[in-house]
Amino acid sequence: MSRLSDTNIKLAHEIIVRYPRPKSALIPLLHLSQEQNGYITREAMQHLGELVGVTSAEVYGTASFYEMFKFEPVGKYLINICGTMSCALMGANELMHHAEKKLGVKAGGTTPDGVFTLAHAECQAACTEAPTLQVNYRYRLRVTPADLDRLIDNLRDGKLNDEFPPHGVLSKVRQSIDATRAVGAKAPEDVNESPAWLDGKAAL
Amino acid sequence: MTIVDPIKETAPVDPNIVNITINDKPVAARKGELIIAAADRTEDFIPRFCYHPRMTPVGMCRQCLVEVETPRGPMMVVSCMTPVAEGQIVHTATDSVKKAQEGVLELLLANHPLDCPVCDKGGECPLQDQAFSHGPGESRFVEEKRHYEKPIAISDIVYLDRERCILCDRCTRFADEVAGDALITFTSRGNDTQVLTFPDEPFSSYFSGNTVQICPVGALTAKPYRFKARPWDLEQTESTCTSCSVGCRTVVQSSRDELVRYQGVDIDPVNWGWLCDRGRYNFESVNSPDRLTTPLIKSGSELVATSWSVALESAARMIRLALAQNTNSVAILGGARGTNEDAFAWAMLADKLGINQRDAQLGDGLSPEVFNLAQATIDQTCAASTIILLAPDLKEELPVLYLRVRDAAQKRKSRIVEFSSHDSGLTPYAWRSVGFEPGNQAQIVRDALATPEMKEQLTRGEVVVVVGRANLAESEVFTLQALAEIFAAVPSAKVLPVLRRGNVRGAVTAGLTPQNNSGDAIDILNAAAAGKIECLILLGVDPMSDVADSGLVQRALTQTKNLISIDTMINDSNRNADLVLPAASYGEKNGTTTNLEGRISNVAQKITPCGTSRPDWMIATELSIAMAVDIGVSSLEDLNKKLVSTVAAFAPSSDAKSTHGDGVLMARETPVTISGKASKAVDRNAYNYRLVVSRTMYDSAQATVSSPSLAGIITDSAIFVNPLDLARIGVADGASVRVGAEGTNIVIAIKAHNGVHRGVAWLPFNHTGVDIRPLLNITSDVVDVRIEPIK
Amino acid sequence: MSKTYVHAPGFVAGDRPKIVTSRFEFADSYTLERYLATDGYKGLRAALSRPANEIHEDVKSATVLGRGGAGFPAGTKWGLTPQQVWPRYLVVNGDESEPGTYKDRLLMERDPHQLIEGCLIACYAAGLSQCFLYIRGEMAVAQERVVTALNEAYVAGYIGKNILGSKFSVDIILHWGAGAYVVGEETALIESLEGNRGMPRLKPPFFPAANGLYGQPTIVNNVETLANLPWLLTHGVAAYTAIGTKTSPGTRMVAVSGHVKRPGVYEIINGTTTFRDLIYGEEFSGGIRNGNLLKAFVPGGGSAPWFTEDQLDLPFEASQVGPAGSMLGSGAVMVMDETTDIPAAALTLTHFYAHESCGKCTPCREGGTWLERILRRVVEGDGTDADLQQLLEVGAMICPGAFPHAANEKLGLTAVPFPYKMTTICFVGPSAYAPVHSALTLFRSEFEARVKKRVTIPVTAVAGVAANARVSA
Ligand SMILES: Cc1cc2nc3c(=O)[nH]c(=O)nc-3n(C[C@H](O)[C@H](O)[C@H](O)COP(=O)(O)O)c2cc1C
Ligand code: SF4
Ligand code: SF4
Ligand code: SF4
Ligand code: FES
Ligand code: FES
Repeated sequence: MSRLSDTNIKLAHEIIVRYPRPKSALIPLLHLSQEQNGYITREAMQHLGELVGVTSAEVYGTASFYEMFKFEPVGKYLINICGTMSCALMGANELMHHAEKKLGVKAGGTTPDGVFTLAHAECQAACTEAPTLQVNYRYRLRVTPADLDRLIDNLRDGKLNDEFPPHGVLSKVRQSIDATRAVGAKAPEDVNESPAWLDGKAAL
Repeated sequence: MTIVDPIKETAPVDPNIVNITINDKPVAARKGELIIAAADRTEDFIPRFCYHPRMTPVGMCRQCLVEVETPRGPMMVVSCMTPVAEGQIVHTATDSVKKAQEGVLELLLANHPLDCPVCDKGGECPLQDQAFSHGPGESRFVEEKRHYEKPIAISDIVYLDRERCILCDRCTRFADEVAGDALITFTSRGNDTQVLTFPDEPFSSYFSGNTVQICPVGALTAKPYRFKARPWDLEQTESTCTSCSVGCRTVVQSSRDELVRYQGVDIDPVNWGWLCDRGRYNFESVNSPDRLTTPLIKSGSELVATSWSVALESAARMIRLALAQNTNSVAILGGARGTNEDAFAWAMLADKLGINQRDAQLGDGLSPEVFNLAQATIDQTCAASTIILLAPDLKEELPVLYLRVRDAAQKRKSRIVEFSSHDSGLTPYAWRSVGFEPGNQAQIVRDALATPEMKEQLTRGEVVVVVGRANLAESEVFTLQALAEIFAAVPSAKVLPVLRRGNVRGAVTAGLTPQNNSGDAIDILNAAAAGKIECLILLGVDPMSDVADSGLVQRALTQTKNLISIDTMINDSNRNADLVLPAASYGEKNGTTTNLEGRISNVAQKITPCGTSRPDWMIATELSIAMAVDIGVSSLEDLNKKLVSTVAAFAPSSDAKSTHGDGVLMARETPVTISGKASKAVDRNAYNYRLVVSRTMYDSAQATVSSPSLAGIITDSAIFVNPLDLARIGVADGASVRVGAEGTNIVIAIKAHNGVHRGVAWLPFNHTGVDIRPLLNITSDVVDVRIEPIK
Repeated sequence: MSKTYVHAPGFVAGDRPKIVTSRFEFADSYTLERYLATDGYKGLRAALSRPANEIHEDVKSATVLGRGGAGFPAGTKWGLTPQQVWPRYLVVNGDESEPGTYKDRLLMERDPHQLIEGCLIACYAAGLSQCFLYIRGEMAVAQERVVTALNEAYVAGYIGKNILGSKFSVDIILHWGAGAYVVGEETALIESLEGNRGMPRLKPPFFPAANGLYGQPTIVNNVETLANLPWLLTHGVAAYTAIGTKTSPGTRMVAVSGHVKRPGVYEIINGTTTFRDLIYGEEFSGGIRNGNLLKAFVPGGGSAPWFTEDQLDLPFEASQVGPAGSMLGSGAVMVMDETTDIPAAALTLTHFYAHESCGKCTPCREGGTWLERILRRVVEGDGTDADLQQLLEVGAMICPGAFPHAANEKLGLTAVPFPYKMTTICFVGPSAYAPVHSALTLFRSEFEARVKKRVTIPVTAVAGVAANARVSA
């Protein structure tokens, strides 16, 4: 079952109404679905299409544009090693070779036990801390081969479960907007007036 | 009868001419026009791939780069997204422009497989042509090219070769923006970008053939044409599609005297270059091995081949015998499939013989009085502030009109007010969609139009009513009544009558409509069933599959003493005829046709008629001679002259040239008004479901069934109800149920459908599998059925 | 006060005025509590106590330059929205992914309330009725910090209906991406926010300020740009413009990475700080590692043409860097020392842009990959000298005409100023070429040493096409 669960359908509706047009919720919903299943399944895309009112093809078109959406299962931990310039200057290639040896898979591969997927990544906005890597989009910086060995061992031993949730989970906190505080989204064609505070006077 | 001028269609002259120069030559451009469009009216061709004048420009292939002078020196811009501006100076062939254009072409060819010799597009390929005219002359790309699995079928009809694709976004844009079927999209990113469907969800659009036509390379090919011909072997002529009454302009192409392809031609007032897949691909039926090649005459219980002279003699004898009884013993059904000239020749013959009973409609149309209401053209409809739909599902029955109306709603901001019993292709685009149960539409329309918001909307500008028959299981009266309600609310409204058969409007206007208060098609069939018709002439119609009440037709055909069929093939109606005359088909004859808005345009012969078959008009002429009532026609030109001088409506087409290109609108009578006859349907018993029977694009119509590429798309019959009703009936989606009405019942699969209103059951007409016609009875105003689970 | 940071390390405080990093020294800088204790939401209060148009005027007169790359003044941008077209939106660009750039993530992780307050001020001043905060997908912790701050601020009444009890109401919706560099480009960001593939739109006609999200007027501003506003409103225009120069007032955040002794993110004085200060200054990166020599540096993110020591004394000032043949971009300096394998370094960047091409336009989609493949062949030792020429020719298909580069005394080169001509829609295509062009122009000998001297004969495949075309004509 890889359509959204009932709980997630509720969340999905909360997300959709925040946007002036439902399709805008597509990427957040794809994340939600990847959080649920670890990757994006065919049925999930069909379901999201129904939820936001577009064809499955459109969902697929959008989803396949973005690197983070995986269409096949990946390891519980996706290890992305940055290889862009600053990291490359600081030894990213060596780090990658080391990781390949340690995990016994080539970049792009998943360990047979399904725990790790190793991948090349592009600049992670931490260039001053090169070389860098991310485990499920959470950082390790100025990583030495020894650091990497320890990280992998600890992940495998479940010692870092608190810091690194399984692949698919990004922020562990969700936005919540209390109905009494929310202004609410309106389709642009339903808004014709200038905002109330543009009356030439101070708002307070 | 007063004839008013044909509606003037000259485009309003834009007072806002913008003066620019292209390559130092002055050009009068139109305000808001793109540079590339302005250049298209000069000799300076700007190469392009992604630009298409009927779609939003995206500026992504970068092939159309030109230089525009600015205060800061020449600037390189894409001409397909840069509007003209007063005094603008454009250069399309400077060294840097040439360099840029060559560069883009070289890049496009870098990953292109260059398999031109085995490519359908080879010889008519914009990539090939522009590589020659604007390319670098050599490629320096020595890397390995992109590889993909060679053509993959993305639908029943269309194949995609991703290696040839240059990612111009034309097909995907068309699918989304023009057709509203976003079933193909770009997937992945960057150098891996590909056009694809969702896995296992085919590009099942009614308009998919257009993507093949507009693909600037051989990436998209269509099954009916693949490897059929090379462009340099093609011969072509411009014509008009008569598969339905939209009247799309086409190019008919043949190779070695066989039809091989239709392409859409862009004319402003009608189809904008688009065709639907049925119209585009059912030419296969013209080439069908089942085509009749000689006349057939009944001998014992079999039809055997005979000569034309024997056949014409026999026909004359049969008609003469019948006329000897009285003129009401002969009737002519059909004629909507032929040309105006065909219809007129038969009308003249009928006049001479005193045959009053003739009808080009088959009981599923509307009283010809709708043609006498104030008329709107397609363009006027699509420019109206409010478009009221009191019509069948345009997407299913008049596909390209659907595209135009959808475009009006999406881009031109017309508001659609739809009245229907189940959702149509336009429902998602409707401003308001009001449901009704067959029989009570007049009341619903009256109430809906009386709400304040609707009243306000109706005063915003022009109101056009698109009116036709949405339900074959319902009397015409209800539609006319509802129409009268609309006129009561908006007296200035205009109508666009949407009767679906190709040339029904032309045939009716040319005289194939009941004369001297005689009965219509249903009356004729009733008379035949009562044994009162001695000779029935089927002029290109198959009432067994076309008329809702098949029981009635069956009785009529058996009771008729002499049945003459003029047709291209054997079908259920003429299988037991006494005489079958082989008719020339579309593409095999010249003439003119009239579309639903009354536009007269030419149809053209491209190939020799099959066997000894001949056009309907010729058969009428020969028959008139055989019957010694010569209608005096010696040639088609002759016939056409007679038509335009006798029937005032056709007068505007007296210059044959006027029927080319955009065609010309019929002259019209001064509009009359309509008053619906009050009538009320019986109330529905709450346990029953009221039937809606309507057509879909792919049904068992002769031309579809005999086109191999389309035949496989026809689906089996099923009955559709609202999911809540399905639950009430207590069966699973797809289960078999017993559907009963007045003593008959059928067993058929039932399916849930969100677009069907509660209490209504929708049955698509003329599909394969279970025959649903026993449920239909032409004499009842509405049909209510019981639906029961099978224990 | 703890100085151990769990997240977003790399910031080096130094002894300089701080506008956007003033709270970074606190371990709990991201909490509402700390924020309120350190002047938090004062700027918003100050703004709401004056008419919106006055706040807009302040931002204009302070010349708050855009920090996302183009350096366009925010106040001017806000003024480009068409009159009386509603609604208007604010889209916050937190998609930071330009190679070498590291500042927006710091601002989001370490001081999310500052960003939120900046968004609120912008919405108030420019009449924007909904705000979408678009964070790069690969930044889980930044998302957590910003979400938490948003939730706190909603509850505390800083966001939503009737903010601080006033008539000013706006929602801020958090949105995050899913991995595509090009989505940082503002029109692609809008496409992505609409749920589409993040492919840039053409400007014109799609200038966001006039025709953006859902076709409505939309202001797209970078995280750092907006983070400036609370301080500006709290301290006033005069205090703001007192820092930096007239054309580049205030400060800006710059990340220095690569072969320096102390790589880090610095909030520097705009307009006056030079590259020499940044790379060699003791309060900054402290010179090249191991006392090595400087070979080259990228002054403004991966897209920027390269500089060498000849340009070290240029200040962080667009009007000087442009004519010198490069751009300031997103505040990212990447330093290469004498040990650097230049072709290989260039390859990492060309690979980046080719990989990140959205595929919309031909020159970038096809040209970027082509460049990468030739360059890779050269780096791997299988190239020929014809390949070097071919690199320049493919580059010319993306950027016809002179391509900017720095002056170089030793090589006898004079500068070719910014900008360049381009056949592409956005800057990703040209960016794939920039490192190739810089590297080949400044370090050609390294390439020549790498390639075999062989002349390849071009394959004349296209001639075959032409022959066919003639048949049909
Ligand atoms: C390829 C490309 C990538 C970009 N990436 C970013 C980015 O990651 N973050 C950002 O703020 N601006 C980025 N920009 C600049 C934005 O298009 C836009 O100019 C900026 O967000 C406007 O904000 P500002 O005026 O506050 O600088 C990018 C531009 C291009 C052409
Ligand atoms: S398949 Fe044809 S029409 Fe579609 S994107 Fe490719 S080249 Fe263009
Ligand atoms: S819409 Fe009608 S006229 Fe047009 S192509 Fe289809 S069948 Fe032919
Ligand atoms: S330059 Fe590259 S990234 Fe930018 S629009 Fe073109 S293909 Fe896309
Ligand atoms: S280059 Fe690796 S984080 Fe930027
Ligand atoms: S035709 Fe203008 S960019 Fe493609």
